[in-house]
Amino acid sequence: MQKLGEFKLPPFFNYPPYFTLQPVRETREKQVQLWKDLILDFSRNQKIFVISLEEDFPLFSNPSIERSLSHEAKVVFLSALVTDGRAEWMDKGHKKCLILWMRIQDWADYILRFVRENGLEDGVMTVEDIRSGFETRGTELAGIDRGVLMRALKLLEQKGKAVIFKGSSADDEGVKFSA
Amino acid sequence: MTSIPRLPTASLTTSCRPVFFSGEVERYLLPGVDLESDGSDRPTLLLPFQSSLLVITSHRLVFVDEASSSAREIALSAIIHAFPLKKSMSIRSMFASPRVRLQVSISNDGTISEKGTKSSVITLVMRGKNTDPDVFYGKFMEVLRSREWELTASADQGSTGLEGSSSASGVNDLRITMPVVGVSGILRKEQEIWESTDKNLQDAFQDLNALMSKAKEMVQLAEKMRQKLLTTGSNSQGSSNDEEMGSKQDMQDWLLSVGIASPVTKETAGALYHQQLSRQLADFVKTPLEKAGGMITLVDVYCLFNRARGTELISPEDLLQACALWEKFDVPVMMRKFDSGVKVIQNKSHSDDEVFARISSLAQKPDALRKGVSPSDAAFTLGIAPALAKEHLLSAESRGLLCRDVSAEGLRFYINLFNEIDSANIYTIKSHGLLNAWHLATTVSG
Repeated sequence: MQKLGEFKLPPFFNYPPYFTLQPVRETREKQVQLWKDLILDFSRNQKIFVISLEEDFPLFSNPSIERSLSHEAKVVFLSALVTDGRAEWMDKGHKKCLILWMRIQDWADYILRFVRENGLEDGVMTVEDIRSGFETRGTELAGIDRGVLMRALKLLEQKGKAVIFKGSSADDEGVKFSA
Repeated sequence: MTSIPRLPTASLTTSCRPVFFSGEVERYLLPGVDLESDGSDRPTLLLPFQSSLLVITSHRLVFVDEASSSAREIALSAIIHAFPLKKSMSIRSMFASPRVRLQVSISNDGTISEKGTKSSVITLVMRGKNTDPDVFYGKFMEVLRSREWELTASADQGSTGLEGSSSASGVNDLRITMPVVGVSGILRKEQEIWESTDKNLQDAFQDLNALMSKAKEMVQLAEKMRQKLLTTGSNSQGSSNDEEMGSKQDMQDWLLSVGIASPVTKETAGALYHQQLSRQLADFVKTPLEKAGGMITLVDVYCLFNRARGTELISPEDLLQACALWEKFDVPVMMRKFDSGVKVIQNKSHSDDEVFARISSLAQKPDALRKGVSPSDAAFTLGIAPALAKEHLLSAESRGLLCRDVSAEGLRFYINLFNEIDSANIYTIKSHGLLNAWHLATTVSG
């Protein structure tokens, strides 16, 4: 089985037409579906939150069959994710794409669950702790994109499950959870 | 009842050329000629053969039948009068062979000969293709007018069985005889030819001048007629007089044949020219179709057809119209347009599914699983032209049978595996099936 880092690549990754944008509607739909899933799976596995179209993204090419996605194809697949609400364009020029392999809402739920499971209600954590602290090691939260985390926390704040307060510098932002 | 005029026989050489007398010069040839007596109901054939080659000489009309190596003749001196060509626009005259009527003198025994006591009218029917009756008539009248048989001491044309090239020492009559033997004779002949050529040229140029001045009028007239057709055609106030409609159709056909486009749209039955062309094309196209495997591009047909025709080439528009007319006839061929715009002619019996089946099996061969199928690969395997092969591959793609692969090597097609992939189980490959076959073929090669 081929791998890209730790990620297991599916067999059809070696199918050349997979890398050519298909013109026929039905075939295209199937192709888009497979790419959407693959992008999300890969991003989750590798904890990738941002895909930049100006840089090489390892998933978008397969050297063993000498094929890679055209720019147009990349835009099509990423746009499809955006339409599904699983990604967001970060700029007007559609050069950078935020991949939400977990939706913001899902992140919020995850954080809450984590807090409960670890008895961290009524505790205070800095944002940075959540991202790279000891407690979150081994969880999905480790290495989470800061922007995504803030949005999730803000969502919790709106629901009254957390309170965000600023410290003396950006790194010092803290969160107090409530049960 | 008047007896049927008879023609004396004329002698031919072993290569079926008329034997000329001394002083007799060939002036004009016309194939496909019949001779009829001017009967009231059913004209009688005057020659024992049909569609002869008419050789007009300075002295006679010789009707040659190469099939039977025989010939008949009419001495020009026996022709009393040649009626002018009738220019009628009736339906019959439009499609009938041109005719020239001649009044000839007949001797007592019924033979057409000079100095006969009776006369009769006979008709020369021109059945040959590409016969221009005006040109023929012009030449014929010229020869008649020049009356060369009176200049040379010709043997009496009335007697039958005139043999070989008799010398001028035949019957000497009271006519002035010019020396025809020796060098002076040859020189005289040459002189005559030059003079006659010169005169021809002058006449021709006069005609040309006349034509040039008339040309403008002609075009205006044609335009007027065209307009008239357009207007009377569109306001159909129940003026469905059959004859009127018939002559209108003839008018259109006539306009069409002189190169002016018919104002009638494609939806109507179409001019006879196109109908005939359409049928001819359907017949012609059968053999090339078979050779090409049932489908051939319109461009190729255009080239082949025109090459076969040699002359009277057809334009691309004519070809298109001819193909379009096939819908109205019961012919075994049809025109078809692919999405890419390529037009082809194919047998009605041609089955797309059959082609797809062959393409599908080609795409599942191990080589094709590994490297895909290019249009030239398909052309080679299917035995058809590369352009057509590409069309078939594209059609198969739009049917979902194939997928395309665009790379530095160009456009290639693979069997469509997308349908075989289960989105929920992308890592598993069922033990049988297309995906497995592909997997085996591609992993073995490494």
